[in-house]
Amino acid sequence: MKAARLSAAIVQTKPAKGRYAENLQTAREAFAQLAERPPDLVVFPEAAFTGYFLEGGVYDLALPAKRFADDLARTWRDACGTQSVDIVSGFYENDEGTYYNSAIYLRVEPDTERVVHVHRKMFLPTYGVFDEERFLSRGRKLGVFETGYGKVAMLICEDAWHAIVPTIAAVKGARVLIVPSASPGRGIDGEGELSSITQWRDMLRLAAAEHGVFVLYAGLTGFEGGKGMTGSSCAIDPRGVVLVQAPPAEPTIVRADLDLREIDIARASLPLIGDLDAALPDLLLDEELPLPRGSRDVPRR
Amino acid sequence: MTFLVVETPKPALQAPAIDVAVTAEWLTEFLRDELIVRRGIERAVIGLSGGVDSAVTAFLCARALGPKNVHAIRMPYATSSPESLSDARAVVDALGTLERTIEITAAVDGYLQYEPEAGPRRRGNVMARMRMVVLFDQSAKLDALPVGTGNKTERMLGYFTWHADDTPPVNPIGDLFKTQVWALARYLGVPQALVEKAPSADLEAGQTDEADLGITYARADAILSELLLGYSDQQLIERGFAAQDVALIRKRVDATHWKRHLPTTAMLTNTAINEFYLRPVDY
Repeated sequence: MKAARLSAAIVQTKPAKGRYAENLQTAREAFAQLAERPPDLVVFPEAAFTGYFLEGGVYDLALPAKRFADDLARTWRDACGTQSVDIVSGFYENDEGTYYNSAIYLRVEPDTERVVHVHRKMFLPTYGVFDEERFLSRGRKLGVFETGYGKVAMLICEDAWHAIVPTIAAVKGARVLIVPSASPGRGIDGEGELSSITQWRDMLRLAAAEHGVFVLYAGLTGFEGGKGMTGSSCAIDPRGVVLVQAPPAEPTIVRADLDLREIDIARASLPLIGDLDAALPDLLLDEELPLPRGSRDVPRR
Repeated sequence: MTFLVVETPKPALQAPAIDVAVTAEWLTEFLRDELIVRRGIERAVIGLSGGVDSAVTAFLCARALGPKNVHAIRMPYATSSPESLSDARAVVDALGTLERTIEITAAVDGYLQYEPEAGPRRRGNVMARMRMVVLFDQSAKLDALPVGTGNKTERMLGYFTWHADDTPPVNPIGDLFKTQVWALARYLGVPQALVEKAPSADLEAGQTDEADLGITYARADAILSELLLGYSDQQLIERGFAAQDVALIRKRVDATHWKRHLPTTAMLTNTAINEFYLRPVDY
């Protein structure tokens, strides 16, 4: 029996650049703040324990998933004892010498912890201010996995910018999309906020409403060498309504109490995901599309 | 470090706010399309009770057709409150519509004299149905279409007389909850006294809708708006509504589905009307 409600806490952190141990201590302080009313799920942003722009520093700070899981679980237990919890966090992953921008989904029980899933960012921005693919390898698969409250997918930052990624996550059964992100703010022609914040929120709202899924967005905050991360962590319901949102520039805990039955209600009134399930093969088998990897005649463009 | 904490707000527990300007414009277009484009009828006839629903309907019709194409008919019974008549007069004065008062007392009593034991509910239903007799006859006389005035709250709660208040072929406000009708009334400029007074079917002295229903319109609309989306009773209670209010609304809605349908016809052939033989209403 899956839980009908999910109590989530998004921890919008402002990491000290490159100081992993110090950032674990900050997480411990956040956990301590949560201890009185422990959530079911804690979500940290992308690169939450190192900072985002590391360039070659990635090779110094990237960790095996197991080591990061151990550190997260120990930090949680230091603050919250034997309370069970699920934790999601972005981190730079070292998989035996191959480096990824990853997100971990960790289940922490009183005496043990289990890595439920590691998602490796598929879309590595390498343009303008971004330089990820120079240092990191691309993930190759979008995983959708079971949790105590239903199927979940993790999309890291640009993963969520390609409409087909949340679409495929939803078709594969995800009911909650967790989006750890680090978004350097830009655009001063918006209304009341940087326009990149508006753009992010609009996109996430559309994904939530189109597929009838909850979205938990965890945005890094703080400046990194003049580039201000836009925070604005938020929870969005399956109709695309922003339930709660953090300010852009302040370390914040966003507590979101979600009624997962809202998904069924939203999908009853707008059954797009069911329609897509039926039509997707026709769309993907279109001969004008690039053929799947491994087929003999990949068209050139 | 101490983190700022922000939380999901508690549910608002009220019917959704409406954009009154957009709603008024849309309903004006609706009325023009239904009367003029679809039926070629330039005039409307409305039973003006002195309440806010028929006032809003009259204001919308005046916008859509022009005030001189709106016939406002007041149909008091002997026990109707004088305030209802004067409030109806205020609407006519504000809009400059055509108007007439037709007493239904003699017609109603002409029948009820043979049913002296009829209680308030039966008497109220006879009055409501008599008003429709008058309204449809006036419609034929004036070459004007009767326009309905039932709101979504009373339709969902079954708080109306079947084949009376719901009879006119066109209703601009039937998808608006009562609290939304109030908001639209303020925007349209309906006289303030009508918007602020306690709604009443005015079938008995001192009667109010909210006392009849056992719940305020504000609470009923809030529950209805979420119940209609598909929330279960348990979820509604979890969201902060009182269990007895949820039960009251659910019971009324579930007991009155039939009132929102045409009469049930036995199906005998594979050409049964509205079962096999299907055509859209505007076909």
